[in-house]
Formats: sequence, structure tokens, C-alpha cells
Amino acid sequence: MSQLRERLTAGTFVVTAEIAPPKGTQVAAEVETARQLSGMTAINVTDNQGANMRLSPLVMATLLRQAGIEPILQLTCRDRNRMALQSDLLGAAALGIENLLLLSGDHARFGDHPQARSVFDLDSVQLLQAVNTLMAGTDMSGKKLDGVPAFFAGAAVSPEMEPFELMFQKYRKKVESGAAFFQTQAVFDAGKVERFMAEARPLGRPVLAGVLLLRSAGMARFLNANIPGVHVPDALIERLEKATKPLDEGVLIAREMVAVTRDCCQGVHLMTLGHEGRIPEILAG
Amino acid sequence: MIISRQKEREELLQALSGMQRVFIVGCGACATACKAGGEDEVFRMQENLAKDGIDATGSVVIDEACHIMRAGRDLRHHRQAVDEADALLVLACGSGIQSISSNTDKRVVGGLDSLFLGNVRRFGQYEEKCSLCGDCILNETAGICPVTTCAKGLLNGPCGGMENGRCETDPDIVCAWHEIYERLKRQGRPGVFGRTVAPKNWGRRGKPGRHNVER
Repeated sequence: MSQLRERLTAGTFVVTAEIAPPKGTQVAAEVETARQLSGMTAINVTDNQGANMRLSPLVMATLLRQAGIEPILQLTCRDRNRMALQSDLLGAAALGIENLLLLSGDHARFGDHPQARSVFDLDSVQLLQAVNTLMAGTDMSGKKLDGVPAFFAGAAVSPEMEPFELMFQKYRKKVESGAAFFQTQAVFDAGKVERFMAEARPLGRPVLAGVLLLRSAGMARFLNANIPGVHVPDALIERLEKATKPLDEGVLIAREMVAVTRDCCQGVHLMTLGHEGRIPEILAG
Repeated sequence: MIISRQKEREELLQALSGMQRVFIVGCGACATACKAGGEDEVFRMQENLAKDGIDATGSVVIDEACHIMRAGRDLRHHRQAVDEADALLVLACGSGIQSISSNTDKRVVGGLDSLFLGNVRRFGQYEEKCSLCGDCILNETAGICPVTTCAKGLLNGPCGGMENGRCETDPDIVCAWHEIYERLKRQGRPGVFGRTVAPKNWGRRGKPGRHNVER
């Protein structure tokens, strides 16, 4: 039974983090990083994140499970058509993976294989529907399954996106299509998170707010210029710039954001990018 | 219209290596409008190839090179020049190139790359708005095609990368879903936002496509 599901159902504040599979076959370092994150409820395993080709997340998630760590398998629509997605989902279930995060996926143009043909046979809403179809015992063509998967399927949302209504209609569609929980894109604006949660709360799905550890003003500017859907406000960039130890300031900023989410969200998803050792400080207080 | 552009000179010469004489075929329709395979371009190609030691035995600009029978007829009218050539160099879209190749066993060299089905903004400025998917959703999307103009072809609203109404893949491109949303709002109807759109039926787009109009 998924701990993530249990804790969110029980209303416990949940903390998740993420790892990216390696580019290559050496998986020991990633498993070790995941072990350091053993205080988390579950660990997301990214799927060719940023459209950069890496080892299969299904394999990485299985290795985490074998190490006693609960994974959240991320699955994107960029690299697989509906047959490959269903096939991988059945495989994941057979390997004991329950938690999913279903995404459209970054466009291949961003990654290390810009010449690849992006698939997008389904979008994230349709992938959620496909998962729920499998859970109801048939595939997308209505054929009966011999052995039915039981997933805890989540989806992503960008609470700070404008126009709000346009972003929120998709959130609503994801809820209606069976999303059981949400993890958000990195958020930095408390007001916008609170506004989003005020609208999202009546729909009754737990939301884990994305909190990203900023290392420096340079990193913040890089995120603003290169990572779709992430916006670090100028005021925070200024704080990082003025700080003598920018990483410490970044930890402080992350801690403030966690405090906001404790009040209005059901959990937090930490993105610490190599500074996993600072997580206790971010969660303190 | 089919938007096309001439291949780079090096690539074309590579394809023509070992040949001394070619018969050049242009197209009077799309390739003419794209300044890639009309009368002017056929003439200029003839001059340029001569500098590289390749002579033209003759040329023809077919009204619409995609018309298989017409292409066959035009080639027959130039039989002698065609027979004298080592190959036919075709300045038409991929469809036009294959009209020619289906009418002769001679080597056919395509001189253009076909890019997309394009709308004309103004002369020389073309935009892709339809990808001929066979399963049209335009009636619900305020006449804006997300299959084509959303970089990911999403059917249920924008991805998380939309910023200020712009696409994550290129800030010069507007987000199709933002456009659809704004126009439907002006029309005062929910349109496509009123339902969850099911996965697209790619089976309706046969590959290769065939269509016979009933008479």
C-alpha cells in the first residue's frame, strides 16, 4: 500500500523529493542520493527530464523500491504513444509501483536530442483517463485486462501561471479525469499559491507545492530564462544577490515557502538539486 | 499551398554527381509562388548548373506538378529532351517529384525540400495552420487549430510552459491555447473548454492517404 496515499488520505503533511536517473548504467549514486532522502514519504523519479535522455524511470523506480524507498514514477507523453504508455503502466504495476505523476513532458527542442520526433499521441489529461481506464479493468480499446493495476495517480499544475482561468480549467479537467493528487511546478509567490489553493480546495485533491532551493542569483536568472513555467520574482533575486552566502539565503527562502505551504497545502515537493543535506533546515520551523 | 524551398547547392550537386545532362521540371503552382520552382528558378538553375558542367537538355514548367496524368503528358511532349538526359531534376514539392517519378524509370532528382501546408500572410511569408490530421476540431476551438499550432498538439488546454501567452518552445510564437481561450471568451461561449477532449483518432488519417470523390 502506497504510503503517499495513506498519509495524504490521513491528512498528514507530506514531503516528497526527486531524483533523476543517470545518463548511463551506473545507478549506485542515484540510489545513494535516494537513501539520503529516506525521511521523505516518496521520491519522484523523473522521465527524461528537460527532454534529456537518461536511463528508464521505470527501471530506476524499481531499483528504489528494491532499496526500500517508495517511488513516484513520472511518465510523460513526449516519448511514447498510447500503446507504449499503457504497456509501461502495466509493467510498472507488475513491479509493484503504485504512485504515478502523469505529465505532458517538455518539448524535445529543449533537450539533448532536439532532432527527435516528439510523440504527444496523448496529452496529460488523456493519460490520466487512460490510467483510470486501466484501473477499471480494460485497456483504451475496451479489451479486458488479466490482472488490474491499482495506481495512485497524480498530475502537475503551475499555480502561478496566467491567465489564472486558463490554467485552472486544465486543473479542473485533471481532477475530473481522476487525478488523485497534485505536485506543482516550483512556486515562489505566496500570494499566488494562496489564491490558487482557495480555488483548488473545494475540488478536494491534495496539493504538494513545489519548493526549489535557489543556490544563487545567477541560478534564479537561469531558471527564469530557461525553465518553462518557473518565475523567480525580482525581490528574491535581489536577496540572493545581497547575501554573503547565497546558498544560506536560498535555504531561508525555501524555508519561508515551506511555511506558506504548511498553512494552505497538503504537502511540499522539494527540489534541492544536489544539496539534499540542507533539507532538514528547509523543513525546520 | 505546399511550402517548399530549394535544397542547398552542395546537397543538390551531391545528388547530381556523375551526371552531365539533366532535364529540368518546374511547377507552375505552389513552387512558383514559393520562388522555389517557377519559370525564373528553372532558368536560374539551368545557368548555375552549366557553371558546374551540367547541361540542361530542356525544361518544362508543369501547371500543377502534383497532377500525375498532366505531368506524364508534359513529359511526352518533351520526349526527346527527356530521353537525352541522365536524370530529371524536379523543382517541385515531394508530391510533384513523385508525379514525375511515377511517369518515368529515369532517375529523378528532387531539388526542393517540402516544408508544410501553408497559409499566405503576404507574398513570401507563409504560416502552417493545418496539418491535415483527418479529425478536425476547429469548430470547437474558435477556428484555431491546436493540433498544428500548439507545439505539442495538446487537446485539453495549455501545457505548464505557457508564459504571457507565449509558447515555451519559442517566445516569438503565441500559445495556441491562449489564443483559443481569448477568442472563445470574446465569442462568449465555452467551446472546447466545455468538455474533456478524448484522444485523437489517428486512424481516420490513413497512411498513405487515399480519397475518391463519389461521382
